[in-house]
Amino acid sequence: MRKSKTGQRGIALVALAAATTLFAAGCSAGSLGSSSGGGGGGQGSAGAVTITWLTGSTDTEVASAKAVIEAFQAANPGITVKTDTRPGGSEGDNIVKTRLSTGEMSEVFTYNNGSLLQAIKPEQNLAPLDDQPWASQLDPLFADSSKGSDGKIYGGPLGTAFGGAVLYNIPVYKKLNLQIPRTWDEFMKNNDAIKKAGGITPVEQTYGETWTSQLFVLGDYHNVEAQVPDFAQKYTAGQAKYANTPAALAGFQHIQQVHEGGYFNKDFASAKLNDGIKAVATGTAAHYPQLGGVAANIDNVAPGKLNDVGIFPLPGPDAATNGMTVWPGTSAMYIPKSVEGDKLDAAKKLIAFAATQPGCDAYAKGSPPQGPFLSKACQLPSDVSQVAKDTKSYFDSGKASPALEFKSPIKGPSLEQICIQVGTGQVSAEKGAALYDEDVKKQAQQLGLPGWE
Amino acid sequence: MASTVGTTETTPLAPVAPGVKKEERGRRGPYPYWFYLPAAIIYAIFFVLPTLVSFYFSFTRWDLFTSHWIGLKNYVTFFNEQALVIGLRNTLIYAVMTSGLKVVIGLLLAVLLTSKIIARGYLRSVIFFPVLVSVIGVGFTFTALMNPEIGLINKALGAVGVDGPGWLTNPSLAIFSIALVDVWKGVGLATVIFIAGIVSIPSDYYEAAQVDGASRSKAFWSITLPLARPAVATVITLSLIGGLRSFDLIWAMTGGGPGFASDTVASVIFKQYQAGFYGLSTAGSVVLFLLVTVIIVPLTWWLNRHEVDR
Repeated sequence: MRKSKTGQRGIALVALAAATTLFAAGCSAGSLGSSSGGGGGGQGSAGAVTITWLTGSTDTEVASAKAVIEAFQAANPGITVKTDTRPGGSEGDNIVKTRLSTGEMSEVFTYNNGSLLQAIKPEQNLAPLDDQPWASQLDPLFADSSKGSDGKIYGGPLGTAFGGAVLYNIPVYKKLNLQIPRTWDEFMKNNDAIKKAGGITPVEQTYGETWTSQLFVLGDYHNVEAQVPDFAQKYTAGQAKYANTPAALAGFQHIQQVHEGGYFNKDFASAKLNDGIKAVATGTAAHYPQLGGVAANIDNVAPGKLNDVGIFPLPGPDAATNGMTVWPGTSAMYIPKSVEGDKLDAAKKLIAFAATQPGCDAYAKGSPPQGPFLSKACQLPSDVSQVAKDTKSYFDSGKASPALEFKSPIKGPSLEQICIQVGTGQVSAEKGAALYDEDVKKQAQQLGLPGWE
Repeated sequence: MASTVGTTETTPLAPVAPGVKKEERGRRGPYPYWFYLPAAIIYAIFFVLPTLVSFYFSFTRWDLFTSHWIGLKNYVTFFNEQALVIGLRNTLIYAVMTSGLKVVIGLLLAVLLTSKIIARGYLRSVIFFPVLVSVIGVGFTFTALMNPEIGLINKALGAVGVDGPGWLTNPSLAIFSIALVDVWKGVGLATVIFIAGIVSIPSDYYEAAQVDGASRSKAFWSITLPLARPAVATVITLSLIGGLRSFDLIWAMTGGGPGFASDTVASVIFKQYQAGFYGLSTAGSVVLFLLVTVIIVPLTWWLNRHEVDR
């Protein structure tokens, strides 16, 4: 495998122009150049520094970033932090990758840890942060998932860990006298009972926001690993596939079964994330398989319903081994390698602040915690949500394992579309799993992993 | 790289033997060489070079910083892509449907708007307004209008007792719904081109036909349609190219979904680019370039050949 390293910004730019020129349609590159202009804070004037922090654009991400900045600026009068936002999902991936490759990235940015971090090549593009004071106080799952292939830590902790599981409406469960299901069959029985009771959607899906479709597959990973303990290694090496590993295929089959049972909400094809949160919080839907972190938005979309929602793991074949698939954070804070001098110091200070108790408290103001904090220096407040309590209990009892994207660098980019294909009945679960294996293959080849040619 | 530019910038200029008089080379323009130079440099740097470079990168695995040669593997992967099969079918459906409807509806509207009706100027500008609106804006607006539960279209249908379909959420319907919006947005341009074509037909023909006792519809089929052929050719070529590389409207309305149901070749390429498969998406762009060429070149030749018969 011959690699020719160009390594020059200018050539990369010309190359980027080449990639986009033949691509005849007008892509939305206009939105890419909107940040980076925020550096006009006058570096000469008494050490005042202005940096920009690029965050995700959901309500809670923006609110928590603003709260952290406010507390940070109060403690560091010389530094001004501006915010800029980007969308989530594959569109956000694209913006982050393009900005990094063209040297247009803001001084601090929030992005996924785990496998998506590997796809932006931290060793090449980011400033290593393992000399920072907080580096020794990280949750070990988070520390592992924010390292590059060279073993250095690149991501600073932001917010909490949370589960990828089933949000459920507690009053509905009480009213229909249901028990939390520990096996898939029990879950389907509950769905049947809810459907028969009438008026309540058994399973909420929100394909209007495509990334929300993946939880049946991603959240099932604890069950996969319980049956095939070395799945992650074999999958990374190209030996285990979704289509030929029954335990892994189950996630796709579950989508198909729920679709065929007619358990989805009527507007599943167009509904969005906030519709789903609202449905499960107000009890128009009983279950919503989702990242537990989104429960932070319950109070915004359905005021007063925060404690009506609980969370349980996606049930698998065996009640004894059932446990929660967890995300040790979906995002960390990074600094691109190109940042230097005062701005680098300011960026490091901001990340260090977010890892302290005042930083975590400020974060919690904007985004109520839904699991334990990623920095061990931070304690959860006493009045946390039911989802946070449920999630923490799985962490405390050791029945939590990180999602596959934290154990393997490969995550296929089209999983969300493939889950929707299965969920709308366009393809079977088996076909969907086989398609995803192809998708994974492309990503593995792009990453240059051994065993995939 | 400078040397590459130095050689390519001279190639577009036809070499001329020294001492040859300008008049002897009849097709030579009246301009000195240096006059061509700025355009030639811009052309070479921004069009020729990227095209050649993209051909190179389509044979590599590339992450914008490093690339290594993998031969035809990108093309093999691209053609094995399941979304591509759907994408090719959708691209053809979309291109044929939008250009066909634009020709038929555009021509009918042009005939209407060249007749003696009230407020003709106003009506002509109204049909052209959607062309001026941003594609993304149109896409978002119609996404809201076509929402199966709360959209205005299905609410209106519901008011008269019709249960409206999921325009964009039904996998087998989505591409057609987007094509209809594209027609609505683009038919104004086709109409304007047709109006120009019809207006340029000398009125003598119509007077002669009237003298010979030809009916109005006969005059349309035998005079308007054949003599507006150049306009028809222009509209077909423009809208077919537009349809083949259709992307922005589809991306704004469905993102290629549900699943991959409304993907076109261009949206497949864009998703690969988003995923960071830069070599693969460049290979896809080359394929799209060849596809458009293979369809448009013979079509243009065929349409223009008939034009000569006039």
